[in-house]
Amino acid sequence: MTGGRKLLGHVALLLPPFGWLTLFYLGSLFILLLSAFWQVDPMSGDVVHDWTLDNFRLLVSDATYRIVAQRTIGIAALVTVTDILLAWPLAYVIARKVGPRLKLTLLVLVALPLWSSMLARIYAWRLILGHDGVLNWFLRAAGLPGQSFAFTNVALWLVFSYLWLPFMLMPLVSALERIPASLLDAAGDMGATPWQTFRTVIFPLAIPGMAAGSVFTFAVTLGEYVTPMLVGGAGSEFIGNVVYANVGVSGNVPFAAAFSMVLLVVIGAYMLVARRFGAFEGA
Amino acid sequence: MTVSVRTLALWGAAVAVLAFLLLPLLLVLVFAFDASSVQVWPIRGVSFKWFVATWADEEVRNALFISLEVAVLATALATVLGTLAAVGMNGLSSRVVQVGSFFLTLPIALPGVLTGIAMNSFFTVCDIPFTLLTLVIAHTTFCTVIIFSNVMARLRRLPPSLMEAAQDMGATPLRGFVTITLPLLGGAIASGMLLAFALSFDEVIVSTFTAGTQTTLPLWIFGAIRLGQHMPEVNVVVFVVVAVTLLPIIWGQKLAASVSRE
Repeated sequence: MTGGRKLLGHVALLLPPFGWLTLFYLGSLFILLLSAFWQVDPMSGDVVHDWTLDNFRLLVSDATYRIVAQRTIGIAALVTVTDILLAWPLAYVIARKVGPRLKLTLLVLVALPLWSSMLARIYAWRLILGHDGVLNWFLRAAGLPGQSFAFTNVALWLVFSYLWLPFMLMPLVSALERIPASLLDAAGDMGATPWQTFRTVIFPLAIPGMAAGSVFTFAVTLGEYVTPMLVGGAGSEFIGNVVYANVGVSGNVPFAAAFSMVLLVVIGAYMLVARRFGAFEGA
Repeated sequence: MTVSVRTLALWGAAVAVLAFLLLPLLLVLVFAFDASSVQVWPIRGVSFKWFVATWADEEVRNALFISLEVAVLATALATVLGTLAAVGMNGLSSRVVQVGSFFLTLPIALPGVLTGIAMNSFFTVCDIPFTLLTLVIAHTTFCTVIIFSNVMARLRRLPPSLMEAAQDMGATPLRGFVTITLPLLGGAIASGMLLAFALSFDEVIVSTFTAGTQTTLPLWIFGAIRLGQHMPEVNVVVFVVVAVTLLPIIWGQKLAASVSRE
């Protein structure tokens, strides 16, 4: 009797949030899935609900879209590797080399950019990489030739790596924190050099942290369109940009929906791989 | 000898990465005070004149008000939904909690462009015109999880004996919740609200797809940077957005820290 009432209480509490989620979010994803199989009337430009595989056929047959997809996935992978390399020294210092007070301060400093405006952080790089920007001023002051990365894929790679670095840092810090000091001492006692200890003890134990971070850096980069528009150049179109361009008055929403399905599939596949490396066991 | 070289290299690399992470943000803050109207380093002189000019720009002011309106409404709705979800899931089996959290996290875990185009298609199919309301619905959907995870983390640390004591004393579950649990959750809800507000206030990706003709502040910035127009005003607006989002976060961290010390 009371058990039943208790369950009823849970249901009553959970109904509004999950009702909202089901209607507006799962409902939206469902419509997205359906609309990938719809088409646009070539005369009126309206979406007609006739089933077709044409959107997917176009995706496979047109080389332009294949190049866009390859570029998107390639840069997302490159950014993930870059962030792993950049995250290591700082994560190691935060996790194992500083006292609790400095550690807390550093963790807040690392998380801060993530919560501050993404547009502001992208914009900063336009100020840095511009022809008369900050970087060139310092290069010239040092007597070096100026750079011209602005509006290239190099800028894109740099800015993405900068934007999502905190996503890699935080799980790597918590993975490194969990390694017991006794394990490292034991390795040292057995005569392992620091490099051997790193290669055989620290690195393998940090793999779940890197896998968890990579899910974020990879997935977030994959779904971007803002950064390519603001710091990329002519050959920087991402899947997100094609989607963006096709939503609106003159667009082709069913085609955009089909292309965004590619994103969903790639992210899903990546998550499955990351899970094998323990990405979701940390939290 | 080699040990100190290695330590030095490690610290040097760590400091360099930290600088890479933080200096660009500082730089953006400096440019807001640039007296000139071209984006050239070093800045030509310190001035507040662009702050005045930006405030006088009606387009910017309207965008600011829309952003504030959306952030306040979405935060309020998300607070109710997120708290209900956390309280409702508290005490259920960990498997159910895991599945529930997974679904609540989806809207921020999946890329914004997917969430954006999905909601865009949904509103179009349902014949709901794109207004402030669609923006609020979209923002509420991805803000709810922020409140939920904050409250959930706090609930896990609350001893169940408190509620049991209240009920032993004859309080109804509702009364026990309102007088005992809710006040204890206050800090977690407040810090979650600040984070949710910050998230909504500078969201640009989902907003692009759900705003219709409305222009939020991030959408204004996005448009201005893209077209290379109003750059001195962009500097000021970006300064304000960074300040407006950083303050609640630092404050929220303090709240969270004081809650965990309780």
